[in-house]
Amino acid sequence: MKITQKTVLVETQGVRIVRMSIVAPDIARKARAGQFVVLMVREEGERFPLTVASTDLQAGTLDVIAQEAGTSTRLLGAMEPGQSLYSIVGPLGHATEIRNYGKVVLVGGGVGIAEIYPVARAMKEAGNHVTTIIGARNKDLLILAKELGAASHELVVMSDDGSCGRQGFVTEALKELLVKTPPDLVYAVGPVPMMRAVAGVTGPFGVKTLLSLNPIMVDGTGMCGGCRVTVGGEVKFSCVDGPEFEASQVDWNELMMRNRTYVEQEQHMCRLHSMGSR
Amino acid sequence: MGKEPVRIKERDSQVRSGDFEEVVLGFSEEQALEEASRCIQCKDPKCVTGCPVGIDIKTFIGQITRKDYDGAYATIRAKSNFPSICGRVCPAEYQCRKACVFTKKNEPFASEKAINIHFLERFVGDHGARQGGRLAGPARSAGTPQQKVAVIGSGPAGLCCAGELAREGVRVVIFEALHKTGGVLRYGIPPFRLPRTILDAEIDQLQNLGVEIRTNTIVGKAKLIEELFAEGFSAVFLGLGAGTPSFLNIPGENLCNVYSANEFLTRVNLMSAHTFPQNHTPINVGEHIVVIGGGNTAMDAARVAIRLQKMRGIRLDTTISYRRTEVEMPARRLEIEHAKEEGVKFEFLVKPEAFTGDEKGFLKKLRSSRCALGEPDASGRRRPVVIPGSSFEVPCDTAIVAVGLGANKVLTSATPGLLTDKYGDVIVDSQTMETSIKGVFAGGDIVGGEGTVIEAMGMAKKAAAAILRYLARQAV
Repeated sequence: MKITQKTVLVETQGVRIVRMSIVAPDIARKARAGQFVVLMVREEGERFPLTVASTDLQAGTLDVIAQEAGTSTRLLGAMEPGQSLYSIVGPLGHATEIRNYGKVVLVGGGVGIAEIYPVARAMKEAGNHVTTIIGARNKDLLILAKELGAASHELVVMSDDGSCGRQGFVTEALKELLVKTPPDLVYAVGPVPMMRAVAGVTGPFGVKTLLSLNPIMVDGTGMCGGCRVTVGGEVKFSCVDGPEFEASQVDWNELMMRNRTYVEQEQHMCRLHSMGSR
Repeated sequence: MGKEPVRIKERDSQVRSGDFEEVVLGFSEEQALEEASRCIQCKDPKCVTGCPVGIDIKTFIGQITRKDYDGAYATIRAKSNFPSICGRVCPAEYQCRKACVFTKKNEPFASEKAINIHFLERFVGDHGARQGGRLAGPARSAGTPQQKVAVIGSGPAGLCCAGELAREGVRVVIFEALHKTGGVLRYGIPPFRLPRTILDAEIDQLQNLGVEIRTNTIVGKAKLIEELFAEGFSAVFLGLGAGTPSFLNIPGENLCNVYSANEFLTRVNLMSAHTFPQNHTPINVGEHIVVIGGGNTAMDAARVAIRLQKMRGIRLDTTISYRRTEVEMPARRLEIEHAKEEGVKFEFLVKPEAFTGDEKGFLKKLRSSRCALGEPDASGRRRPVVIPGSSFEVPCDTAIVAVGLGANKVLTSATPGLLTDKYGDVIVDSQTMETSIKGVFAGGDIVGGEGTVIEAMGMAKKAAAAILRYLARQAV
């Protein structure tokens, strides 16, 4: 559970994204693309999920990438190499079904780019033609462009202000691709509005679209039911039934509302944090 | 039948409902002696038949009357590993006390006059615990082969099986998925019913016996059963529990602030959400809390909820909504009494029909129907039948669904060849508790569904005995 390496990927415009290598040999050995870990930075901290971005079997480590959006991710970002997490368990959730689909398009937005990275590598290895579309507000907030360039046959970069790649949303690039040559699989991870938009874009084309959902979790092992989502009219536990689901079936309103269950507490923690009294 | 039952000391309901300290204070020595002296030492004691692990109740109560507390502890320990825990959480009124000669015939649970066996067990268990393991006896290490057994899960079944094996000199490693041990004893049962000092002391004793505990390890994910064998474990015990909460499957159940009892209790008991923001896990506590269900989990959830309301200065309004009547409630009678004393309200013969929320997706109301009791169902309890047109709505901004638990399939689905039934529970040989995989045994709620702590321990003991025989065969 010791942190061996820390890289600050982004630190600008109030956004901070860190990449941490954590010693967890048993988890690293088993983790496959699409799976996540649940970790606690401190004993008094929350349990929260993060996707396994990569593993190093030799070092017995796994990497997670987190945007410091709340208390727990901020505490993680404050950790330094040599320090240890209080707890880490995994690999959790189903792994992405990796096989030769043919043509695969991966879409990543924000820190979700970290989550498509292992999928891109695995899909390419499985013989797929991989096109990756990633997007950020601007060039300084874009992560893993180099890595994803190497892991894909084609990389399309989109930015809101045109400071890198093309100006526009990832969904615009996706739509163009769909019109040109519909892929066999679209796989997307990002903020809920982005994933919802992806679902809206691929729906009319009837292309199989998988999304990795990010609901609030506690144990991450199917015990609490906090991460329940409605998919195709059925209630699923994202931690054990997912985290990937068929895009067209997801009840997006419900997911967005449930993700705001503790928004007040989070603001309270932020105020405490900014007063330095945590 | 001369003497009246000795009333156990409890903390004042108005005080205790504002904190998480233990409610029942236990018998003093004088009280224990007086209560024990009520036992008429039946020639053919029925109480023993009511105990899932067959504790020699008559003998240990006799030993109490002679102030032979060490002896009483040894008598209990011969059958039960955790008397301090069982003395606190056993539903004695459905078990030993129901079988007591002082219980009137055809009662649904023990009469008040029945000997307070569980409180006496607790008295003896706490006496033993104060001796710091002196009375538990050392592991029988000499001459036994050093075979390793993996125990999956550190709840009642896993802890019990580990203890049984360790005492026979077997090396035991417990694998626990959560960051803390105890399973449902920690995440489910609140500290005011089972103080963490008691639980920790029992687990410390296991570690003193040489049991190794690996938390944060989810077998079925980080490790597979076959890998455990490959790593040199000779046998595996599955004490997985019943870890998946059931829901009502009614409209609005996924609104914010509709919790499973598991989630609500885990946030508080395991993650200390009641101390937010010192501990970072949040919990939402509404002004109108409804707990749906009639078991111990519902009582625990309601009593936690009312404590949270009190601690946060919210006017107490927590209601347990149950579709049958109080008599049919499966909860311990003591918990029902305690809940009432602490201000929890009860609505009987009510069936929830829909949750409704505001535009932001937060729960605001609960619509239910009234029921009447109809014919008995398979469980022998009279079935609730909805009265047409009786639908009514109440304000409700936090709901806790406590309507049972099913099997967690993480491990079973990752283990080819491990046979399960239609509920996902592991199928075992009822004599040996061995599963369809050679050398893999199981016990507790993952076998046959939700039960009590002591039932889980009973199965674990049976499995441990079979594992010892299995190891002996392997050794030759």
